[in-house]
Amino acid sequence: MVLRRLNTGSPVAQLRNEMDWLVQDFFGRGSRPVAPTAAGFPALNVWEDGDSLFAEAELPGVKSEDLDISVMAGDLTIQGRRSTMAGEGVAFHRQERGAGQFNRVVRLPFEVDAQRVEASLRDGVLLVKLPKAESAKPKKIAIRAAE
Amino acid sequence: MTTETKEPQVQETQTAEQPTKSGLAYRPNVDILETENELTLVMDVPGVERDSLDIDFAEGVLTVQARVAQRYAANQRFLLREYGIGSFYRSFQVGEQIDVNGISAEYADGVLRIHLPKAEAAKPRKIAVSVAS
Repeated sequence: MVLRRLNTGSPVAQLRNEMDWLVQDFFGRGSRPVAPTAAGFPALNVWEDGDSLFAEAELPGVKSEDLDISVMAGDLTIQGRRSTMAGEGVAFHRQERGAGQFNRVVRLPFEVDAQRVEASLRDGVLLVKLPKAESAKPKKIAIRAAE
Repeated sequence: MTTETKEPQVQETQTAEQPTKSGLAYRPNVDILETENELTLVMDVPGVERDSLDIDFAEGVLTVQARVAQRYAANQRFLLREYGIGSFYRSFQVGEQIDVNGISAEYADGVLRIHLPKAEAAKPRKIAVSVAS
């Protein structure tokens, strides 16, 4: 794996009903990895094209003002919080959605142009676009004919 | 103050296989909350557009299906792949103490909220004590 996890941070508390687990596993439709807490929250999908690196995370219910994304010293950091609806007069019958603070750091596999990093949040999906630094872009090497 | 009723009014249906046309679907995480006047289902369906949500209520069963548009190229290679994307499906048995005609839903930021108002008979009531004459 190219990316190295540095800090799994404080994972969002995962409150799961044991019964759900069994049902989910038994019927084999739990293909959504239950691993995000093991790797850190949020879970990330990361890919690249010739010009940029893309990091995507599912953050339903997280407002952009509650998100803090930074690139420093070769690390991408995604921090934020998700609030619950807990309060006076509210009883939870089931609570599967995690809430609280999260912090995920991934080491970037190459140098990026930190000034041009862009992030968008749409329908609960965060996409961070990290343009490669010139030095990290693939180069065509011209072959000179031998004299 | 607790507003919890004795019998849970929303319970997951125990279906063996879910019947989406396009095959298997992910099971979204859900919170079920109860307040004095309603039960609220809060469901994480990231990547879903409002128009792709399908909420049905029939014969006491509330079903949520949400299609998720594929965001990656078919041959996309990943440096890190920690989750998959696909449609969501989950269904719930709704108790008789819910006013089914009053069910409503709202969607924002990848979170679906379904409001299930309690039927009048199920709401807590204050009984006034009159002074015996």
